[in-house]
Amino acid sequence: MIFKGKVWKFGDNIDTDAIIPARYLNTSDPAQLAQHCMEDADPEFVKKMKAGDIILGGENFGCGSSREHAPIAIKASGISCVVAKSFARIFYRNAFNMGLPIFESKELADAIAEGKEITIDSSRGTITVAGSDQQFAISPIPPFMEQLIADGGLMKHIAKK
Amino acid sequence: MGNTITEKILMAHTGLSEISAGQLINARVDIALGNDITAPIAIREFRTAGGKKVFDRDKVALVLDHFTPNKDISSAQQCKTVREFAMEHGITHFYEGGQVGVEHALLPEKGIVLPGDLVIGADSHTCTYGALGAFATGVGSTDLAAAMLTGELWFKVPSSIKFVVYGKMPKWVSGKDLILNIIGRIGVDGALYQAMEFTGETISALPMADRLSMANMAIEAGAKNGIFAPDAVTEEYVKPRARRPYKFYASDADAVYSQIIEIDADKLEPQVAFPHLPSNVKGISKAGNVKIDQSLIGSCTNGRIEDLRIAAGILKNRKAAPHVRLIVVPATPLIYKQAMKEGLLDIFMDADAVISPPSCGACLGGHLGILAEGERSIATTNRNFVGRMGHPKSEVYLASPAVAAASAVLGRIASPEEL
Repeated sequence: MIFKGKVWKFGDNIDTDAIIPARYLNTSDPAQLAQHCMEDADPEFVKKMKAGDIILGGENFGCGSSREHAPIAIKASGISCVVAKSFARIFYRNAFNMGLPIFESKELADAIAEGKEITIDSSRGTITVAGSDQQFAISPIPPFMEQLIADGGLMKHIAKK
Repeated sequence: MGNTITEKILMAHTGLSEISAGQLINARVDIALGNDITAPIAIREFRTAGGKKVFDRDKVALVLDHFTPNKDISSAQQCKTVREFAMEHGITHFYEGGQVGVEHALLPEKGIVLPGDLVIGADSHTCTYGALGAFATGVGSTDLAAAMLTGELWFKVPSSIKFVVYGKMPKWVSGKDLILNIIGRIGVDGALYQAMEFTGETISALPMADRLSMANMAIEAGAKNGIFAPDAVTEEYVKPRARRPYKFYASDADAVYSQIIEIDADKLEPQVAFPHLPSNVKGISKAGNVKIDQSLIGSCTNGRIEDLRIAAGILKNRKAAPHVRLIVVPATPLIYKQAMKEGLLDIFMDADAVISPPSCGACLGGHLGILAEGERSIATTNRNFVGRMGHPKSEVYLASPAVAAASAVLGRIASPEEL
């Protein structure tokens, strides 16, 4: 798959309370959650971002709570995918299970500024930066995880089996 | 080559005869847990996938503990969704109202989770049950839906970090201080994707309440699970509670670890995690003059009877400082009742504390103890992220019940030694 969009940069250890604060967890409606996506990291985020944009995080993105509301809020906000240096493990499995594309790159976050447009080619495993010849590799995804994505998430994968 | 206790428990839940770190496996689940925040999504996924029947009604636990007693209409709706599902499927371990406790205090107390079990919970602090010698890990709602439907789930076998703790912990130093110190050393992703295995003479002497506090916070170092080899302390805790067989596992002498970290507990002092990460830890002697507006004693980390006894010992014949809101949250109805019998609730009320019903509410900024802009709380809880307990510009300082009680009295972050 190809993802093309403008990046919004966040630092290390972006926790799930920053992605979707607990005060909004009295609902699981994706549209309502999306209105508060990243609110405690950047209160203006949902106003600034456009559908198709990409979140670029540092180390340990999505640490903290197991709330699947976090990847749901990101996906429903229109963000196409998340790239980070590393992901917290529950966020990682939640993203694959519910179908939010995520990619690991140790280099990208330090190499580009916010607002740059990037293109991710998941089948080639590359990230390119518009207006430059910079190219970065995506950490390979285990075959089982690729299958989960191809099947459309964990529940559809199970149904297929 | 030998296996760790984590690998052995995982292997026992598959048909495999060999297992190693990094391997992706499908394993049988003994208990699958959800709460009023995470279960509604799991139920939606379960139904969307055409789920008609849970794999085993005795192996699903649904605990309405987060935004309860219902804090608003939306929360009430979420609880209703879970209650109706529990009724429809005849879920054995469904708890609400006067029977509900904070899930990770409640399940061990009732003997629902046992040594050797594989437990998954749609709540990150599910790792608490590692204190009993179980493999227990937090997952998301879709994972819970899959487990409720099939009784199985996918796992990546974690490598293990072995912590060897020796020495005698000084007075006022508890399991909470030890785990805060460890997180301070290795960082919030210091054990990412890994198991944290706690061993050594200090650990062998550690009471179950302290072990539960430690395993509870393994997730704050990014770990998949925290685990203690079961022993006589475990047997004493589990035996009167268990209503089904359980099994003790132990790591082989030649098990492989990614890292071995030694800690001298002799030299520890009470620890405080400053905002806004659980790894931002200082010894109490270096805390400085930090005034507080609230002291919260409770949660799945430190809301057990042992914690309340320590707090009451300090608060007896004393009062919370005039500007400090002291909130005590017994984690389960049984703990509440026991605290009442022992006269602890009298001590708390005489100290001007508010006694909350068992709930996760205040810890995650849901209700029953929210902070305003600029306010600070010392808390015996497990997270101090931005906005965790209320306004994004409020602050949470994590500590033990002893430090939280002493701080309530003095109105600033303080050691019990100062009283």
